[in-house]
Amino acid sequence: MAEAAIELRNITKTFGSVVANKNVCITANKNEILSILGENGSGKTTLMNMISGIYFPDEGQIFINGEEVVIRSPKDAFKYKIGMIHQHFKLVDVFTAAENIILGLEDEDGYDLKKSVEKVREIGERYGFTIDPEKKIYEMSVSEKQTVEIIRVLYRGADILILDEPTAVLTPQETQKLFAVLRRMRDDGKTIIIITHKLHEVLSLSDRVSVLRKGEYIGTVKTAETDENKLTEMMVGKKVSLNIERDEPKDCVDRLNVQNINCINREGVTVLSNVSFTARSGEILGIAGIAGSGQRELLEAIAGLQKLSNGSIMYLDPKTGETENLRDKTPMEIRDMGVRLSFVPEDRLGMGLVGNMDIVDNMMLRSYRKGKTVFLERKAPKDLAEEIISRLEVVTPDANTPVRRLSGGNVQKVLVGREIAAAPTVLMAAYPVRGLDINSSYTIYNLLNEQKRKGVAVIFVGEDLDVLLELCDKIIVLSAGKISGVVDARTTTKEEVGLLMTKSQEVEENE
Amino acid sequence: MFATIINKAIVQGIPLLYGSTGEIITEKSGNLNLGIPGIMYMGGIAGVMGAYFYEKSVAVPSPVWCIIIPLIASLIGSALLALIYSFLTISLRANQNVTGLALTTFGVGFGDFFGGSLTKIFGEGGNLSVKVTADYYKTTLPFADDLGAFGKIFFSYGFLVYLAIIIALISAWVLKKTRVGLHLRAVGENPATADAAGINVTKYKYLATVIGGAIAGLGGFYFIMDYTGGSWTNGGFGDRGWLAIALVIFALWKPNLGIIGSVIFGGLYIAYAYISGLSRSASAIFNMLPYVVTILVLIITSIRSKKENQPPASLGLAYFREER
Amino acid sequence: MSNKKHEKRSSEPRIHIAKRDDMIWYKSWGVRLIAIVLALILCALVIVLLTGYDPIKVYGSMIYGNFGTTRKMWNMLQKLSILLCVSLAVTPAFKMKFWNIGAEGQSLIGALTAAACMIYMGNKIPNALLIPIMTVLCIIAGMIWGIIPAYFKAKFNTNETLFTLMMNYVATQLVVFCIVFWENPKDSNNVGIINSSTHGGWLPTLFNQKYLLIVLIVAVITIAMYIYLRYSKHGYEISVVGESENTARYVGINVKKVILRTMALSGGLCGITGLLLVAGTDHTITTTTIGGIGFTAIMVSWLAKFNPIIMTLTSFLIVFLERGAGEIATTFQLNHSISDILTGIILFFIIGSEFFVNYKITLRKKHKEEA
Repeated sequence: MAEAAIELRNITKTFGSVVANKNVCITANKNEILSILGENGSGKTTLMNMISGIYFPDEGQIFINGEEVVIRSPKDAFKYKIGMIHQHFKLVDVFTAAENIILGLEDEDGYDLKKSVEKVREIGERYGFTIDPEKKIYEMSVSEKQTVEIIRVLYRGADILILDEPTAVLTPQETQKLFAVLRRMRDDGKTIIIITHKLHEVLSLSDRVSVLRKGEYIGTVKTAETDENKLTEMMVGKKVSLNIERDEPKDCVDRLNVQNINCINREGVTVLSNVSFTARSGEILGIAGIAGSGQRELLEAIAGLQKLSNGSIMYLDPKTGETENLRDKTPMEIRDMGVRLSFVPEDRLGMGLVGNMDIVDNMMLRSYRKGKTVFLERKAPKDLAEEIISRLEVVTPDANTPVRRLSGGNVQKVLVGREIAAAPTVLMAAYPVRGLDINSSYTIYNLLNEQKRKGVAVIFVGEDLDVLLELCDKIIVLSAGKISGVVDARTTTKEEVGLLMTKSQEVEENE
Repeated sequence: MFATIINKAIVQGIPLLYGSTGEIITEKSGNLNLGIPGIMYMGGIAGVMGAYFYEKSVAVPSPVWCIIIPLIASLIGSALLALIYSFLTISLRANQNVTGLALTTFGVGFGDFFGGSLTKIFGEGGNLSVKVTADYYKTTLPFADDLGAFGKIFFSYGFLVYLAIIIALISAWVLKKTRVGLHLRAVGENPATADAAGINVTKYKYLATVIGGAIAGLGGFYFIMDYTGGSWTNGGFGDRGWLAIALVIFALWKPNLGIIGSVIFGGLYIAYAYISGLSRSASAIFNMLPYVVTILVLIITSIRSKKENQPPASLGLAYFREER
Repeated sequence: MSNKKHEKRSSEPRIHIAKRDDMIWYKSWGVRLIAIVLALILCALVIVLLTGYDPIKVYGSMIYGNFGTTRKMWNMLQKLSILLCVSLAVTPAFKMKFWNIGAEGQSLIGALTAAACMIYMGNKIPNALLIPIMTVLCIIAGMIWGIIPAYFKAKFNTNETLFTLMMNYVATQLVVFCIVFWENPKDSNNVGIINSSTHGGWLPTLFNQKYLLIVLIVAVITIAMYIYLRYSKHGYEISVVGESENTARYVGINVKKVILRTMALSGGLCGITGLLLVAGTDHTITTTTIGGIGFTAIMVSWLAKFNPIIMTLTSFLIVFLERGAGEIATTFQLNHSISDILTGIILFFIIGSEFFVNYKITLRKKHKEEA
């Protein structure tokens, strides 16, 4: 009989009116790697944050080694030897690796940074990490930062390790290395909890899987007794055939011609290299790839929000038939050129909308400059807001409600509705259905299809391969900032796309 | 001559040094306390009140109590003000700028009110002066006069001057070389990270702000007890509180640099008196220099954007753990 | 063992704090009103302890100090107008989340410019021409003082709170510098009433009321600012930049331009305040011409949630306290700084009360076994 290291009983947590976790019961044993599987927004991270003392549960109990405990601060979590490696690194930029690692510790031996540096080196060597303990965090790459996070937990001698989507930022090689370390720790008697939404990682790494769906606990199965299909079913509920309608593209002409663009971000990392593709009118072009492969930069570059080091973005104006380069233009200049470009960004409330403004004022974001006077024209935006609310069935008390008080799906309807209202010739949407319920998702698919029928060139960045395969006409796959393949969405398979998503990285590694 | 200038510069700089050391400790926790000028007033008046009541209560004041009672009164007074600021900004998450400015209004008002009315309310009226106590505070090392210029530069001060330098050095050491300092800096840089690392953010913020306030208050206390010799004049402290905040920037949030900075600021304050042929108008320009230099430091550090020389990253922001 | 368990239970946090959705307006103003009442009770206690007088009488004299005579009322209105004007000036910057605490200096530079105009041009140019020139120059002076920190904020992200704070004292010393040249009589370190016989550069008296013009000007500015923030494209851009710079860039707003433009407006309005103070009220200049109003205005604007109309109420509250406390001080022969103490106490209470408007505090349910 396996010995339970940590047990959660009936954990419930709400944020305002949003239920993040509801009656969740999960047990993780010693000598075990447990995966917590769930889609984005299923409440995995919130749950783990309660174990590590960031949040406090509204209801429910936590048992460590069979005894009930109260974890109300990260300090308490350390006391019970729980260590969490967050998805967003919790590091102080101006500190060195060693300083970050010993942060919060109360050593009896007193404060000796030199000794700590040595100990960090030792741990690094033991597990095969390469780390410079005296390097400042702001000089580090993403994977170096993750190494610091992991060593920090090891340094504290944690028995229960929680890793929140640890592979999202890693190359396959780094992932394999990490998995090897985790297995070694498991065999050492430790408990590893890994949060993920990647099925193949679940299957290759963990001993058991617990599945969450929309904050609710669905069940736990042994990895050996399950497979991808069964897990997917648990994750998404009853097996849904998506049945997204897809028309044959009609009268396609080239609309946006991206040629050899390169982009280097603020940290000096190349995030896009030699990316070229063509988006055609009346088509939905899908962009697939692991999170952070350059999708955001690509869309922002087209929208005029990202500086490029070379290449061109040629727009073929359907009215004049002329070709214009959008590169290095500001969003204003692009609009002044008569290019009707709409963009649904990934960060809805941080970029696409203003959370504290009401729906009417958010409608104005795109159109407030209209009119010759210095004053705002609120009539048209108000009509537009009313129209979107009724046509897209936005659930809201009225058009004067701040958008941050709407639910995720309704926020997205407002955003997409506004972007489509501009009668675009190019529509870009980044993860437009992330965190949305099924009904809202279909509303968005239908809107995109409607635009396609109207002859708009639609660019759809997605993460769910099933959706990409059923919705798009053509899919380009990005991998580490490069295009690793272009496939026909009607004939390709999930496996093919999945393979392409990791392809060029490996090539690069072998070079 | 040179010795006199240095001596005067140090004497002028000490209130600023206390203020800036206190504010550095406070800011390192992420709290931008614009109430420091008020706290320094409070430190001064609370000390004076302590001395006044003690001098009144006994026939022959003893030197030991003359030192201890006002000092404690001053520390308690300024710590209490800092506690109000802490409660409002940390526990009630109020806007730091607004709270700080309200605190300055209150502190300056408190100082001037009691400075002007204390003798009237509790005594016979007349000017508020605690000369007996102040004389103890002004006592210098006995051999200072025998050592000429050397003695004048290094030994001719009351003990509060040395205390200021010692506190600044200890603060620098604590911030740089101890675990408490590491934790405090983490709280000011990134409270969410510090919290996740198991550091009690609220406790550190409270302690840093209250201790910082108490230290800053000593600046006002020194000014009244030693510099002016125990007699209070309303408005006499002037803009030294804001100058102390300027010094924080000038010293790049490092208390040890604050020691040098305080002498430079103090020197600029009195330089006009020692440059022959300088007009009164030129003295205004000299008095402007500390602020201009501070602005330049602020600009240059932001242009160079070297991470180590920036203000603490979370300066001015309230921390709420469950925010998301 | 059971003892240990109990210990753990009791360490469970009982008080739970969460951000609340918008509180309905009458409730939130109710909370603030309660805070003010509590503060007034505390103030009364303080006054009684210090003076031993009947607090009702004391508050009576506060009202008398504000409304007792026509002259007192006009003085109150003048103070109210000036405070309101600076509060309006800092508001657009705050809405943009640009912490301009340099209104003191921006106003003082405006005041200095007004004084310079009166001294150098006062008796040479007729007032009808001079006053428009002065107005323009004061606005420009305030703008310059506001744009300098804004430029560095926009370009290098220089901390604007500290920058604008320092600019205040540069302005103060500049005034000290000028007083040396302007002092009258010589060596008095005092400028004296400028053009006291000719009234060159003095703002005109309307209907025999010295301050009527000031009140009217500020009333117009208040309404204009309300319209500007609520109904103009500029005001909309300010809100967007203040809420999210990312969104502003996304829709093509030139953030740097908005920062510079808004601080120019903020500084320019401060410049007008300087004009109103020097040409309309004091007719002289000292380093304390602004007298901390620049700082008080920050609190006034913040208390009003950056709403110009509500700002008339919050600035009235502050002025009422100040003048009322001044009256107490005169009547009961106390030091005038009592008003700062009372203002401070009331501010603490209002600042604290915001917490109860923005956050919800719930006491956690006790576990059943424990009950």
